[in-house]
Amino acid sequence: MSGDVCIVGVGIHPFGRTDGLSGLEQGVFAVREALADAGIDWPQVQFAYGSSDAAGNPDTMVERLGLTGVQFINVRNGCAAGGSALFSAQMAIKSGEFDIGLAVGFDKHPRGAFNALPSEYNLPEWYGDAGYMITTQFFAAKIMRYMHEHGISQTSLARVANKAFRNAVHAPHAWRREPVDIETILEAPLVSDPYTKYMFCSPAEGGVALILASEKKARELGKPLVRLKAATMRTRPPKSFEVFAPSIDIGGGKATATQIASADAFRMAGIGPEDIALAQLQDTECGAEIMHMAENGFCKDGEQEAWLADGRTEIRGPLPVNTDGGCLACGEPIGASGLRQVYENVVQLRGDGGGRQVLGNPKTAYSHVYGAPGVSAVTILER
Amino acid sequence: MHVIAEGLITEDNPPHLIGGRERDTGRVVFPCPPGERFEQVALSRTGTLWSYTIQRYRPKSPPYKGPEAFRPWAVAYVELPGEVIVESRLTDIAFEDIRIGMPLELTMIPLDPDAADTVLIPAFRPVGGAA
Repeated sequence: MSGDVCIVGVGIHPFGRTDGLSGLEQGVFAVREALADAGIDWPQVQFAYGSSDAAGNPDTMVERLGLTGVQFINVRNGCAAGGSALFSAQMAIKSGEFDIGLAVGFDKHPRGAFNALPSEYNLPEWYGDAGYMITTQFFAAKIMRYMHEHGISQTSLARVANKAFRNAVHAPHAWRREPVDIETILEAPLVSDPYTKYMFCSPAEGGVALILASEKKARELGKPLVRLKAATMRTRPPKSFEVFAPSIDIGGGKATATQIASADAFRMAGIGPEDIALAQLQDTECGAEIMHMAENGFCKDGEQEAWLADGRTEIRGPLPVNTDGGCLACGEPIGASGLRQVYENVVQLRGDGGGRQVLGNPKTAYSHVYGAPGVSAVTILER
Repeated sequence: MHVIAEGLITEDNPPHLIGGRERDTGRVVFPCPPGERFEQVALSRTGTLWSYTIQRYRPKSPPYKGPEAFRPWAVAYVELPGEVIVESRLTDIAFEDIRIGMPLELTMIPLDPDAADTVLIPAFRPVGGAA
C-alpha cells in the first residue's frame, strides 16, 4: 500500500453510566455514528477488530449492524485492548489486504474498584488474603516513590484532577463534567495516600468506533486526511514496577513499557516529542498523567511540578494534555478507553473541539495507554 | 497462631522472609516461586522503607480475609539491601511519622488483632521499636 492509513470516521457513545444499555449496544451506537461521519454504510466495511474486556464478544454486533459476512476479529489485551484493535486494523490496511475497516471498543464494568483474585495473576492465595490485591494500593505506592525521588507535591496531583474536570465541562462525551477546585480535591477523603477520592478514575461504560482507510480510499471519500503515522503496542521490560507486585527488583520502577512504546512510535513517525501539539496520556490516577509526561519524553522527571504550576498542559498551554478530561473525567471502560483518546485527537485535529479546542490549528496529536500487567499502546496522528 | 502460608518465613527465632534466587541470573524475588528455577534464600531481616501507602478502605472479600471491622493500615515496600524490595505491612508507627528511607526490621503481626485464632502475616517496624 502506498501512502498512510487514515482515520476517516469517528463515533462515540458517551462515557459514564448508561443504565438499560448494554456495553455492546453502546459499541453499536458508536459504529453507526462513525459510519455516518465517514459517509459510508455498513456493507462497505471490509473488516473489523473489536475490543471489550467485560461486556461480551464484539463480533456479535453484526446481528445489529447487518449480516454482511464481514471479517470480525475480537481483541482482548487488558488495558491495551483498544490500542491493540487499532494497531491490528491499521496493519490490515498497510498489508494491502483491505482498504477500509473498523476498530471498535466498548465496555461496561460493575461499580467500584476492579475485583481481582490472586489465581488470575499467578499469585499465591495469601497475597489476596492479606489485602494486597488492590489496584489503588499499587498506584499510590508507585506515585509515593516517584514524588519522593523527583520532588512532586500533592498539590501537583490535585492540579491534574482540577484540569481534567475543567476540560470535561466542554466534552459532551465525558462523564464527570463539574469543575472541582484544588482545595476540595486536596481536602477530600484519602483513598490511599497521597490520593484523595477525586484523584482516581472509576471503572465506567462507553463505546468508541473509528473507521480506517487507505490514503487512496480516504481521498475518494473526500474526508480531511488524518494520518495514522504510528501505532505501537509494547509489553514491559525487566525492572518495571507493576500492579500486584509482592516484590520489585532493586533499582526497579524506572524502566517501563511506555518508554519502549513511545520511543518506537516517535521513530516510526520520524518526529520527536517537541513536534507534538497535544497529547492524551493514560491518567488512571493523577500521578499516572504526571509520570507519563516524562515516560513519553515530553519532559524530564521532576519538571512536571513546574509544568503544572505554569499551566503548560492546559488547553491554552504549549502542550495540552487530556483535552477531554481523560480517564479521570471520562472513567475507564477498558475496551474503549484507548480508542477514546484517538477519537479526541481526531476531533482536535479537525478543529471540532468547541470549548475545549486547542488553538493554533494543531497538526499532530499523541495518544498513550498504559495498564496491567505492564502493557502500553501509543499512536501518533498527523493532519 | 500460625503463619498465613507455608514457605514464607524461616523457622529461626527471629525468622527471616524466604525469597527465591533465580539459579541462572542470581535475581532475587519474594515469595520463592515453586519449581526448580529458584532456590530458597533467607532474606535480610532489616532494610529501609522504599515506598508506602495507607489502605483507607476495607478491601473486597474475596479475597481479603482481614476482620470485618476495618481500621486503616499501612502497606510498605521495603528495600532489603543488595537483595530485593518486598511488599509487607508496616506496623508500630503512626501514619504521619512514616518516612521513605527509614530503617525497618521484620516482625510478624496478626491479620486480625482482635481474634484469638488469627493468622500471622509478615510486617516491618521501625528499628528499635516504635518511632
